[in-house]
Amino acid sequence: MNTATGHPYIEALLKGYEAPRGSISWLNERRAHALERANALTVPTTRDEEWRFTDISPLTRVPFRPAAGAARPAMADVARFVAPEATTRLTFVDGAFAPELSATAGLPYGVVVSPLVAALDMHAAVIKPHLARHAAFEHEVFAALNTAHLRDGAFIWVARNQKCPTPIQLLYLSTQKENAAYPRCLAIVEAGAECTLVEDFTSLGENIYLNDAVTEIVVGEGARMRHVRVQREAGDAFHIGHCTVAVAKDAHYASHAVALGARISRLDLNVLQQGEGADVQMDGLALISGRQLADTHSLMDHARPHGRCRQMHKCIVGGAAHAVFNGKIMVRPGSQLTDSSQQSRNLLLSDKAHVDTKPQLEIFADDVKCAHGAAVGRLDLEQLFYLRSRGLPEPQARNLLTYAFAAEVLERIPVPSLVEQLEKTVLAQTQMADRP
Amino acid sequence: MIRAGAEILLEVKGLRAKVAGVEILKGIDLTVRAGEVHAVMGPNGSGKSTFAKALAGHPAYEVSGGTAAYAGSDLFALAPEQRARAGLFLGFQYPVEIPGVSNSAFLRLAYNTVQAVRGKDELDPLEFDDYLREKMKLLDIDASFLDRAVNDGFSGGEKKRNEILQMALLEPRLAILDETDSGLDIDALRVVANGVNRLVKPDNAVVLVTHYQRMLNYIVPDYVHVMDGGRIVKTGGKALAEELEARGYDWVKEAA
Repeated sequence: MNTATGHPYIEALLKGYEAPRGSISWLNERRAHALERANALTVPTTRDEEWRFTDISPLTRVPFRPAAGAARPAMADVARFVAPEATTRLTFVDGAFAPELSATAGLPYGVVVSPLVAALDMHAAVIKPHLARHAAFEHEVFAALNTAHLRDGAFIWVARNQKCPTPIQLLYLSTQKENAAYPRCLAIVEAGAECTLVEDFTSLGENIYLNDAVTEIVVGEGARMRHVRVQREAGDAFHIGHCTVAVAKDAHYASHAVALGARISRLDLNVLQQGEGADVQMDGLALISGRQLADTHSLMDHARPHGRCRQMHKCIVGGAAHAVFNGKIMVRPGSQLTDSSQQSRNLLLSDKAHVDTKPQLEIFADDVKCAHGAAVGRLDLEQLFYLRSRGLPEPQARNLLTYAFAAEVLERIPVPSLVEQLEKTVLAQTQMADRP
Repeated sequence: MIRAGAEILLEVKGLRAKVAGVEILKGIDLTVRAGEVHAVMGPNGSGKSTFAKALAGHPAYEVSGGTAAYAGSDLFALAPEQRARAGLFLGFQYPVEIPGVSNSAFLRLAYNTVQAVRGKDELDPLEFDDYLREKMKLLDIDASFLDRAVNDGFSGGEKKRNEILQMALLEPRLAILDETDSGLDIDALRVVANGVNRLVKPDNAVVLVTHYQRMLNYIVPDYVHVMDGGRIVKTGGKALAEELEARGYDWVKEAA
């Protein structure tokens, strides 16, 4: 395998790369192309416009190794991450599918939830037009690396007019130090179908590792897809995620993305409105403290008329943490009657906390409604005094207000047990973040 | 009700206070005994609201001189929440909106905090709900109040009713109501006044801060104080309020 590359870090990451074995030629070609791109690309620096506020150089100082054959966790270890509502669950441990920690029984007719490898033969006709076709990797080194490693992954297919009655949970569990994993998901929700997907990135133990994740989602005409993405990686971990969503005519896609963990995390969420009248909701919450950095780059691409998008991104930043939000709304020529709004709300809990927020509106149609707003602030002193004047001690008043700030995003998550879990995490973390 | 020898709940002597470095209160003396209703009146800018907020401990109001004893202890040594737990209540002129915090959860939290200090049992959500609905009925408050966030999107009148509801729940020993009558229509005014009248008992007291006399048609004060220029310039009985209503504030200023 030729791994001559311009960048020593990528070279190191690709050292020992073995092309996943398989006889599916179109997939082998896509992997090979991705590998070629990974070799040609370089690790972004703050001189790259898209990475201007996010210095990922600490990532390049960690010697990542391919996953070793460590002992798999037991069901008892992962039980606490399981959402009881989600009767269907695929678990991946350090990037590898773990059937013993998964549950796929009892799915209704027309709903497929399967490891990708297993599905490739049986559902090739469904998979081939979409896999590695939506998440662009030509200029994205991490998406290219993920695609080059494409082997285990999740495949979700809800056939035309079928409704998946319960949420589907994908649990990506990291257990080993200095492991680089490449979680992958392809979800296809066909015309008129409905589904709720939970992607949960979490860890057992506090290790340094890298999760380089790519998710591709296709929402067919008139379909409804709710997508919860929880990033609660270990505190020293690195998380780089790409999520690309294609939304067809009159379809509804709602994203609820929560970032709590990782030393450095980045999410690129790209939603492409491919058909008229699509309705998109994008909720984001980053809650970070200490020396964490959480970066969300979103793109709402209104490529067709009559699209609607509501975006609410919130950051709660304590300690010396740094949150980045870049929200781009693109209204293509001819996408008349687009109705798109974006709100970026940021709460700083300490003097050293830092937020960079950047709305980016590119509008090439003249009959559209686009609004955006950004606010960065501290807890409101009048609200604090009001609560204290009713007997609440100052720390409790602060926590309540911080929690209330997050609640707007959390409460809209369509999985109650997860809302409850996240609310507890938020309360615990705000109490920590709040320390001077 | 004036009773000689009743316990002194609040004793303010020579109180001075600054806002953003500017002295607003320039030496206030006021004694409030249990069972009494005091009205603090005065033109705009006379320092009435500053007086109320300084007593409740608003951090933007800096006490620069004088003393205040509350039920015998030094009021200014207490944090705002400690004052509240000791039974001091400020009804806000502009109640603050807190989106994301449900009104029912907030009311229960406030109630239980104060109950705990008084050595009484906290109520669980169901028990509290019963208790709360009873209080709401008395104050003619709609049940939808509970499902909404604290004061979020409330009309002016709804916010003031919510203040009175909090007062009714917390049963303060000393309630300071800052312009609670402003912005109320006559029905709401009656409801609010009823709420206040129900609170007044021999062992607690109310200080009404108001610009207009009309609230005093429903709540009869034992004392009326007129503030001007950061001082109390005249003190009298209910008749003084009527005289102010008829003659305005200018004659008091001149006489002072």
